[in-house]
Amino acid sequence: MDSANSDDHYVADTVSAAVKIVIAGPLGVGKTTLIGSLSEIVPLRTEESMTQAGSGVDEEVSGKATTTVAMDFGRITLNARRVLYLFGTPGQPRFFPMWRHLVHGALGALALVDTRRLEASFDVLGHLEDLGVPFAVAANNFPSSPNYPPEALRSALDLLPETPLMICDARDRYSSAQALITLVDHLYTTASEATR
Amino acid sequence: MTSSAGSGPVRPYVITGGRSVPALDNLALETLVIAASGSAPEPRMSPESAEILSLCRRQLSVAEVAAHLGQPITVVKVLLADLVDAGLIKVRPPVPIADLPDKGLLKEVLDGLRQL
Repeated sequence: MDSANSDDHYVADTVSAAVKIVIAGPLGVGKTTLIGSLSEIVPLRTEESMTQAGSGVDEEVSGKATTTVAMDFGRITLNARRVLYLFGTPGQPRFFPMWRHLVHGALGALALVDTRRLEASFDVLGHLEDLGVPFAVAANNFPSSPNYPPEALRSALDLLPETPLMICDARDRYSSAQALITLVDHLYTTASEATR
Repeated sequence: MTSSAGSGPVRPYVITGGRSVPALDNLALETLVIAASGSAPEPRMSPESAEILSLCRRQLSVAEVAAHLGQPITVVKVLLADLVDAGLIKVRPPVPIADLPDKGLLKEVLDGLRQL
């Protein structure tokens, strides 16, 4: 047994339910770094097996059509009764079939992009749009990242005018928190406008 | 693997008896689970189920249980579903999210994040 034996790895007894936000982006964009800079637990890794639509138990047992996807995640206690889980979502298109299940019940998604290879994020953004998941975009600032003006980034990524876009440093707790706040603020504004 | 059972690696679908569809399809990754009061590992239980039960003496999410156990999510959901059916594990489902999440909930999340 590992670190879970320590009591502070548990969710407080007063917490009655969890919420989740999905952190989406291509391989190497900094999803786990961002989760690690915010999480109160050391980010954990788990595996989900993914089967193609319509495949049954028998196929799975024989190992056909099954892929294993590793996901990293972290946890933030928001207050005495709520925790927030951040799930890093593998960004390769071959893993898209499992996204529907992952984003189900999520408040929204933060899409991380690397401005040195914007094209690596096109599929991720397109798939979030297809699924109808509300999202914000954060460009993770690497030392060698080119300094694009926000409007150029927006246009290169073909973002809707209302989609928030920010620059962040996934290694920095404050910066990562600001990125999530921008996302949730956007969700809040959207909800307010809809119920006006 | 973090199995404390002392056994070597076992293929996941051996552990669940060949099943891969949980009896309870309401176990999300972020669903919280906790051992029912007074429940303890029983001799007839599989080592993995016993391990889940002792791990869940306080609450954790399904994803955390899977990560600590070193087993795939699908496998852990099947084992958890059986423990729930047997009344040994209690479940706290996540906050349901409608197409438009509740403003009060979003405000709560914002306030929590601003304290980081």
